Amino acid sequence: MNAPEVANQGPLRLERRADGLLEAVLCAPPLNEIGTELLMALEDLAETLRRDDGVRGLLLCSTLAGGFSAGADLRALSAAIEARGHEAVAGEVRAFLERVRDCFCALEASPKPVVGAVHGVVFGGGFELALCCDLIVAERSARFAFPELRLGLVPGFGGTVRLRRAAGGALLRELLLSGSSLSAERARAVGLVNQVVGEGRARAVARRALEQLLRLDPHALAAAKRLSKPACRAELDEELELFCSLFARPEVARALAEFARRKDPLPYLPRPRGP
Amino acid sequence: MDEAALTTRLLELSRQRFAGAPAELSPDDDLFQSLGIDSVQALELLSELERTFGVELPDYELAEVRSFAELARKLHERL
Repeated sequence: MNAPEVANQGPLRLERRADGLLEAVLCAPPLNEIGTELLMALEDLAETLRRDDGVRGLLLCSTLAGGFSAGADLRALSAAIEARGHEAVAGEVRAFLERVRDCFCALEASPKPVVGAVHGVVFGGGFELALCCDLIVAERSARFAFPELRLGLVPGFGGTVRLRRAAGGALLRELLLSGSSLSAERARAVGLVNQVVGEGRARAVARRALEQLLRLDPHALAAAKRLSKPACRAELDEELELFCSLFARPEVARALAEFARRKDPLPYLPRPRGP
Repeated sequence: MDEAALTTRLLELSRQRFAGAPAELSPDDDLFQSLGIDSVQALELLSELERTFGVELPDYELAEVRSFAELARKLHERL
């Protein structure tokens, strides 16, 4: 196999293969938090997928040891509130969420196949990004969660709509209301994940799955995706509105400030007790 | 598996899985303090527990645990 052509794009490294497979590697420490920079890279990626006929399929993965993504960049959000005030940032958050919604919809609705290879932490916005994929290959270490309620919020990147579509209302309620995480095996059992593999194997297995998809008739594949994938826009808009109305409350600013103060990598998880 | 055997297995597993674990662990040791683990490693522990014992423990149950013995009790309830 020819070596892939690598384009360095800051938080998202693109590796283009001769067979038309594009591998987008999330590499934004500490845990691929989705802030302005990573969103811009994802928007560029969606545009490449749309416009570039040489790209026939997309693989999304992460090279960070901790996992796929911890979700939205809440520390940056908290810093913005401190610098510019809660009210000003609320307007910026709405604009940011609208961009995320459009970007994730573009990735999801692409006629080209998109496969996710995930491991470790797949939380919040990272989970929502993974849900845009047509297929998900997860390493045994992967854990999926929506911890937003612990901060007084709900998911805002389309996750509630996509999870309900993928696995039903019961699982959505369980994850939303408990904030608890789901193992790769259970995610496989409920149909969220298509294959569970050992440590360090997800990317290679996802690549093979994508290679199989690239052998299918692209028109039939695009039709199959139209029948099975795109999320309902009205429901996505409703989620966004609910997020924005919750975000405007002072309790959320306080919760985000507390989040940002803590050194733990995932401060919204139930806290392991200190000494 | 009874609770005592489960505790023994849990201590073995913790020593093997976490490099920071002391060579000697006892059932009454504080789990998070003795292993020195953060929330990401706590998730790894959850996955390991699920695989080893075939039970699912919510994150918030693990967070409340004070000792290996208490964790063993919570796991035993679910066997």
